[in-house]
Amino acid sequence: MPDPIVIVGAGQAGVALAAKLRALGYADPVILIGDETMPPYQRPPLSKKYVSGELDVERLLIRPRDWYAEQNVDLRLEQRVTALSPLNHELTFSDGSRLRYSKLALTSGARPRNLPAEIGGTLPGVVTIRGLVDADAIIPQLKTGMDLVVVGGGYIGLEAAAVTAAKGMQVTVLEAAERILQRVAAAETSAYFRDLHGRHGVIVREATALDRLTAREGRVAGVALKDGTELPADLVIVGIGVLPNDDLAREAGLLVENGITVDAQGRSSDPDIFAAGDCANFPWQGQRTRLESVQNAIEQAEHAAAAMLGAPEHYNPVPWFWSDQYDVKLQIAGLNRGYDQVVVRPGKRPGSQSVWYYRQGVLIAVDAMNDALAYAFGKKALEAGKTISPAQAADPAVDLKAAIG
Amino acid sequence: MPKVTWILKDGKEVAAEVPVGHNLMEVAVAKNVPNVIGECGGCLSCATCHVYVDEAWYGKTGGPDDMESDMLEITVAERKPTSRLSCQIKSAPELDGLVLRVPYI
Repeated sequence: MPDPIVIVGAGQAGVALAAKLRALGYADPVILIGDETMPPYQRPPLSKKYVSGELDVERLLIRPRDWYAEQNVDLRLEQRVTALSPLNHELTFSDGSRLRYSKLALTSGARPRNLPAEIGGTLPGVVTIRGLVDADAIIPQLKTGMDLVVVGGGYIGLEAAAVTAAKGMQVTVLEAAERILQRVAAAETSAYFRDLHGRHGVIVREATALDRLTAREGRVAGVALKDGTELPADLVIVGIGVLPNDDLAREAGLLVENGITVDAQGRSSDPDIFAAGDCANFPWQGQRTRLESVQNAIEQAEHAAAAMLGAPEHYNPVPWFWSDQYDVKLQIAGLNRGYDQVVVRPGKRPGSQSVWYYRQGVLIAVDAMNDALAYAFGKKALEAGKTISPAQAADPAVDLKAAIG
Repeated sequence: MPKVTWILKDGKEVAAEVPVGHNLMEVAVAKNVPNVIGECGGCLSCATCHVYVDEAWYGKTGGPDDMESDMLEITVAERKPTSRLSCQIKSAPELDGLVLRVPYI
């Protein structure tokens, strides 16, 4: 029997990769390694319906517990890989054991950036939300009326603000940049969400620099801003982005730059090692790209699986993302990188609107707020390589179906 | 527990008991019903859990709401009068015996 295909990282990408290997008819051993105690689960609900208590843990599972045995996928949890030897086709674990592979996939995801310890980033009561253990630690700390500060006005931070404000907490969001969502969205989308949060009683402070977190009795008690203001804080949720888990690959001598460098088939600089998902950096539309999304985790992993079995296909996605805040569903199609023009299209229902991004006159992305029709046709246009003029997109009288098909 | 049957395009059937309140996409994924993917986890963002509700049952499942109807515009397979996104159909006692047709092989 050949050495197994080994997948390091049991998240969306790892599971999708294992499932695709089986779907493509690969019958030899597949080992899926994770470092958590739970079988692979969905992370997006952690900052949404899981924290709010609407979804219990079993329903987070990507596949039921018995799926792995049924598919003959050897799921090994609570295992930490400490070293990789491409030369020997071998992994070393924290307990000193070793495992040989025929081909290896790294689907190790990303980890949250933390605030520096020097400014109080490691105080009790300062938390990030990435894993189930993080969410489970936060839930019992949430109390109605408490002062909660969210550091970072990106999607994770705003989702955390929405879910805690809805539970009756006094929430302040601090954003260092000029506006929330600055890195990922146009000013029009930022304005929509600033207004939404304001209407739910969340204080959004933009262009606000954090100086340090203050403590009382060994636990975070407040946030000191650079302008001298001090805010009370019973809990601080930090959402300032993630870092790719690419250390294992780097230490093994693979090419790594903001994630593990792979080609359009998911192959790394070593021909028998592949990577997919948040930890992988791939060529897309002429630029190196690293995406943090479920869509990318699944689809890139499926492409990598095909390449591992010798049937490579070019991975050329239309990326898509979503966020849920209060009663607003945000859906994003495409990637707005390098946009030079934005138009707003009013939706057909109150509170629904979409923001259309253009680069040199060509549609590149759509943010749709409670406007699935705009999302649907924006995505369809991007997938078909079609565009719609900014004037048409902005005109609610123009039928998107007729214009895009 | 309500029993639901998925009929694949090639005629093959998959049946499962679905706890009341669970949506029919999550159970289809758990049971490996081919091409019910549910990439977005059931949050109405991907349209990859598209099914045709058997016509005899459409009166009981009801039709899509506005958001779901909009998303049905981008299904891979053709939209038909009984098209639904199965993540938006929740198991309920009156759906015992429900038949869904999967529009792909």
